[in-house]
Amino acid sequence: MSVDKDTVNKIARLSRIAISDAEADKMVGELNGILAWVEQLGEVDVTGVEPMTAVITNKLRLRDDAVTDGDVRDKVLANAPAKEGSFFGVPKVIE
Amino acid sequence: MTESTYRIQGNTGEWEVVIGLEVHAQITSESKLFSGASAEFGAEPNSHVSLVDAAMPGMLPVPNRECLRQAVRTGMAINAQINRWSRFDRKNYFYADLPQGYQISQLYHPIVGEGEIEVTLNEKDPDSAVKKIGIERIHVEQDAGKLMHDQHPTMSFVDLNRSGVALMEIVSRPDISSPQEAGAYLKKLRSILRYVGSCDGNMEQGSMRADVNVSVRKPGGELGTRTETKNVNSIRFMMQAIEYEAQRQVDLIESGGAVVQETRLFDADRQETRSMRSKEDAHDYRYFPDPDLLPVELDDAFLEECRASLPELPDAKRARYEAMGLTAYNAAVLTAEAETAFWFENLLAEGVDAKQGSNWLMSELFGALNKLGKTLDESPVNPQQAAELLGLVADGTISGSIAKQVFEIMLETGQGASAIVEEKGLKQTNDTGAIEAEIAKIMAANEDKVTEYRSGKDKLFGFFVGQTMKAMQGKANPQIINDLLKKALG
Amino acid sequence: MMSDFSRLGVAAIRDGVAKGEFKAVEVAEALNARVSAAKALNAFIVETPEKAIEAAQAVDADRAAGKPLGKMAGVPIGMKDLFCTQGVQTTAASHILEGFLPTYESTVSANLWKAGAGMLGKLNMDQFAMGSSNETSYFGNVISPWRRNDGSNAALAPGGSSGGSSSAIAARLCPAATGTDTGGSIRQPAAFVGISGIKPTYGRCSRWGVVAFASSLDQAGPMARDVRDCAIMLEAMAGFDPKDSTSLDLPIPAWEAGLNSDLKGKRIGIPREYRLDGIDEDIAKMWENGIAWFKDAGAEVVDISLPHTKYALPAYYIIAPAEASSNLARYDGVRFGLRDLPEGAGLQDMYAATRAAGFGEEVRRRIMIGTYVLSAGFYDAYYTQAQKVRALIARDFDNAWASCDLILAPTAPSAAFGLGEKNADPLSMYLNDVFAVPASLAGLPAISVPGGLSKEGLPLGLQIIGKALDEQAVLNAGLAIERRSGFVAEAAQWW
Repeated sequence: MSVDKDTVNKIARLSRIAISDAEADKMVGELNGILAWVEQLGEVDVTGVEPMTAVITNKLRLRDDAVTDGDVRDKVLANAPAKEGSFFGVPKVIE
Repeated sequence: MTESTYRIQGNTGEWEVVIGLEVHAQITSESKLFSGASAEFGAEPNSHVSLVDAAMPGMLPVPNRECLRQAVRTGMAINAQINRWSRFDRKNYFYADLPQGYQISQLYHPIVGEGEIEVTLNEKDPDSAVKKIGIERIHVEQDAGKLMHDQHPTMSFVDLNRSGVALMEIVSRPDISSPQEAGAYLKKLRSILRYVGSCDGNMEQGSMRADVNVSVRKPGGELGTRTETKNVNSIRFMMQAIEYEAQRQVDLIESGGAVVQETRLFDADRQETRSMRSKEDAHDYRYFPDPDLLPVELDDAFLEECRASLPELPDAKRARYEAMGLTAYNAAVLTAEAETAFWFENLLAEGVDAKQGSNWLMSELFGALNKLGKTLDESPVNPQQAAELLGLVADGTISGSIAKQVFEIMLETGQGASAIVEEKGLKQTNDTGAIEAEIAKIMAANEDKVTEYRSGKDKLFGFFVGQTMKAMQGKANPQIINDLLKKALG
Repeated sequence: MMSDFSRLGVAAIRDGVAKGEFKAVEVAEALNARVSAAKALNAFIVETPEKAIEAAQAVDADRAAGKPLGKMAGVPIGMKDLFCTQGVQTTAASHILEGFLPTYESTVSANLWKAGAGMLGKLNMDQFAMGSSNETSYFGNVISPWRRNDGSNAALAPGGSSGGSSSAIAARLCPAATGTDTGGSIRQPAAFVGISGIKPTYGRCSRWGVVAFASSLDQAGPMARDVRDCAIMLEAMAGFDPKDSTSLDLPIPAWEAGLNSDLKGKRIGIPREYRLDGIDEDIAKMWENGIAWFKDAGAEVVDISLPHTKYALPAYYIIAPAEASSNLARYDGVRFGLRDLPEGAGLQDMYAATRAAGFGEEVRRRIMIGTYVLSAGFYDAYYTQAQKVRALIARDFDNAWASCDLILAPTAPSAAFGLGEKNADPLSMYLNDVFAVPASLAGLPAISVPGGLSKEGLPLGLQIIGKALDEQAVLNAGLAIERRSGFVAEAAQWW
């Protein structure tokens, strides 16, 4: 599988990273180099192998249902690039 | 199962509608799915938000046991397969109401697998057809925050209070074939959720909303392309949306067009569905297992507790009520909504006779609430108070007609039935002497009617009963009046 | 007595403070001065001398009051800028987080402060921990204190991603520092500058409050100038944290007290697949020395096979970018960090502009790779396949433990390279992690200790990989090497 410039532009869009034409051109080569290299994984016989789900044997712990957090609005908003009153502000979205 | 006869009449013949529903139900819990912030509705903006919900750098999710428990109990209530091993996946997309840039959901291994819900197409008619709607899965996921667009000329505002609140997504099979079936399904599902206690079913507050998948086809033909109308928040709107959308698709196809697979929204004011152009951007959600979380493994003890804590469900309850001698109609109405059933159960627990209680509840209480514009939850009279009133009728202390009077006073004043009867002196009297004296007076004043009665006009008996009861101010035992009148009139 | 506090390690400072030989504040002042005089290394993004003094004063006061002192009492350390520190700028060395002041403290850093450590500052690193040379930082390259012995004075890479940590420790600006290891980011920089660093078993150190790179691989650990100091600091950092679902709910052993360099009865596995064609001569020689030292310490050396070694790096370069592409989605200019809002831009344009301006080139590249391998139609071929191969790699180790207790290998395929030498081709940079990545994929504890010098006079590192949860054996083996290698070289001060 190899990527072309359209694919690079599509991935950039999905990643929400603005990309110039020149950057896209450069990225085509880099991504193809890396992808060609990782594709050697296809050689490995994985018949009957389950994908890894936990690195170290461990069991998911479940939390009790209690309110132990929240009510920290000032902390939540402290680093906001744009806040309006108690809200975060973003460019107007038209739905 | 009966075939649905719902058809859309097009220019080229009849069309069938194929409907599948994805219902998002907020799981009843104190705190959020992956954080300890409150899940309560209606707080000050951004106050029920933890650093986890705001997706601050380095924050990690820790799952809430109760949310998984409620999803499992819901699955058990619809006889679904419960998956002992499930997993959370990330659904990646960018939006201002989604702080993490992904929603933690379950795609590959949901906690609940296939089940089914039996739907009575007309709940008022006990003989109405019953249809089984298949449930494909129930999975647990995070809700998003809220955007407000009307507070500022150039900005939208973000409130993360709902961000991370636990939802169940209940996905039906495309087994639904009319707006009525869809409505009945949603009502039944809501009823089950309320019985189980896993969701309050409050559609106005958004605790339950439906994504509606609709396609049309010629009867028995190949499935058509479907559209998904998002976030419909009332049963009525959903039915309208289906009607509109099905008709739109038929018109489109018949005029030579093709249905586009897309997301639409329902405009309740115009009663139409519209394409959501701003979200047309092709989605590729890049689902993958959330590496911050291990697989969910449910053990026997957990599942056992879920099962043991399930209440009696509507279908079982209804059958039991019928066996207790209630009419099929009464049993159906009393079990349709959890709050009615629980109210009735409380009434029975106070020792009220089932038939007496059900009749009173459905005629007197429902009638009164209807007039007051109140729901059962808001009833000014509780089951204990109602039982006191019905007890006075059952033991002959007051008559049925006095009971109506007492009930009205109870509704107005909140006083107890016995106190009212005592205070107003409404106790039924068995004093035959007093009744005979009144009968004598009435007969004397109505000699003509006595003659008519004696000459065969039996209908006049009711007149004498009424007059006597009136003279006794309603407090005489009707049976004794009857007996004494019969004797006096000969 | 005037000590040169920069020569003291963690244990020496802790013990000296406890015995009253000197005051914690004296140490903090001396190291603050060294940090501020070492700007040429660019090891720190933010210096926090007041924090170091404050912590030292608290320790001195506790000692004066006769209160018990913590495991790290009086020890000033450097904090990798991946750990969120309350009120102190935390950036992951990225422009996108420039100016970000966390309102919370990471569990690991909080544990260290609780143990009596103080913070000298936030250490530079590869941006979002993505890099092996510390050349991806928005705040400039970190320079290694080491120079080649050819008189060229070429600026060398301190390794990455914990390059600020390695440089600062080797330059004796601090006795120890935190690192994080996703695919070698503690071990490779430790090797490059002649210090020690251990990545514990995945789940030992909480990830809560650590800026995430790849969640299933990220693991914090200590870096210091000797094995004992690593043991002390790891004890202070590690521990169960209910806020991290992958945290191990296990007691933390007394690793320092358990140190023992006698390896009698231990079997050391030498994986044949690590003997790459064209392996660097110095590296091969150091490895041979390591084997000899182990034998000398009483260990039995056995040949082992880890058949899927060759696939570890490609699997890593699918899994880590995939997780990163999702973990880094939260940097969107809405709630914190940089916002780039071009005139008239909508929400989605703001995201794209912010992320293009905020993320460095390598971060953008990895996000793109990760996005691609997870995208529709490619997920199974790349991601699922990689996770299956990862399972096989973990199985390789499980099989190896049947015939050995520890594995010895080089940490990196070469000594430190010059800044700028490897950044033309991302792939050649990635290959630097070839020996480090397998243990990361399997979540196993692994240490790098100095193993000698290259012909150019640069440090080389030996890596010891252990069984899950057996940090003690890894530390002990590291100590055995330390006792025998006679590694005393240090970078001559030029900065």
